[in-house]
Amino acid sequence: MFRLDGKIALVTGASGGIGAAIARTLHGQGATVVLSGTRQAVLDGLAAQIAPDGARVHVCPADLSDPAAADALVAAAEAAAGAPLDILVNNAGLTRDGLAIRMKDDDWNRVMEVDLAAPFRLCRAALKGMLRRRSGRIVSIASIVGITGNAGQANYSAAKAGMIGMSKSLAQEAGSRGVTVNVVAPGFIQTAMTDVLAEAQREKLLGGIPLGRMGQPDDIAAAVTYLVSDEAGWITGTTLNVNGGMAMP
Amino acid sequence: MSEIADKVKKIVVEHLGVEESKVTPEASFIDDLGADSLDTVELVMAFEEAFSVEIPEDAAEKIATVKDAIDYIEKQKAA
Repeated sequence: MFRLDGKIALVTGASGGIGAAIARTLHGQGATVVLSGTRQAVLDGLAAQIAPDGARVHVCPADLSDPAAADALVAAAEAAAGAPLDILVNNAGLTRDGLAIRMKDDDWNRVMEVDLAAPFRLCRAALKGMLRRRSGRIVSIASIVGITGNAGQANYSAAKAGMIGMSKSLAQEAGSRGVTVNVVAPGFIQTAMTDVLAEAQREKLLGGIPLGRMGQPDDIAAAVTYLVSDEAGWITGTTLNVNGGMAMP
Repeated sequence: MSEIADKVKKIVVEHLGVEESKVTPEASFIDDLGADSLDTVELVMAFEEAFSVEIPEDAAEKIATVKDAIDYIEKQKAA
């Protein structure tokens, strides 16, 4: 089950921990993966790690804060893979945290552009072909804070909540063509950022997670793999919360 | 039949997968050719690309039949 042989998948933000895990897992299931991100060297390193022989892996760097680059990425990925896109994973995102009363317009706008507008541009470009071909899978990586909110992340939580609403609309637009659009909303994932938390902070955080541990990038990758598989063909417009039980919306 | 009409017909046949004989000038995309609203948007986009014209939303809404499409594109091309 959940095999992806012959499928072409574009993963944005593949240079990050979650993106890399998603790309590695999709490739492991048989997909051809196109890795995108801003850091070419990191992407090249990941590609070599995923497939030392270079089989079924391509690198397509793009700076998604540039609207033209976002618009062009799907076509670039298809050119690199030599085939139309079957799977789009909108994973790229950034944060510009700060309490609202001190948040600059630029912090708001940049997060909106990269975390919400760019995924829209990618969906728009990918959907054109997917609708025509009567098949396709889009999964966007939101966040638990898009559902619960989080002090200091008015911009990020708004963008992630926007991503959820957008995906529901796109799911309705694309449903008649067998194309599904879903969201995965991760909770706290163990990364370099959370590794530096003080013991007391970590204890407090874990106290709010019924499953008693931080998430791993592979926890997210598994959820994505399911949603992009043929087996998930009757699931669309949904948000899969992968958060150890921290929030149960 | 004009070159534009020919090309429009071809796009409609290709996109909607209908028989060429059904694509008469009077044929309505939705009522006669089985298109849904997404098909009509995709058709308009296909026309835009094929003829290098821009069809604004209010004009697109008025294109209901094959003839509507041909007339609109011919007018744009003549202008």
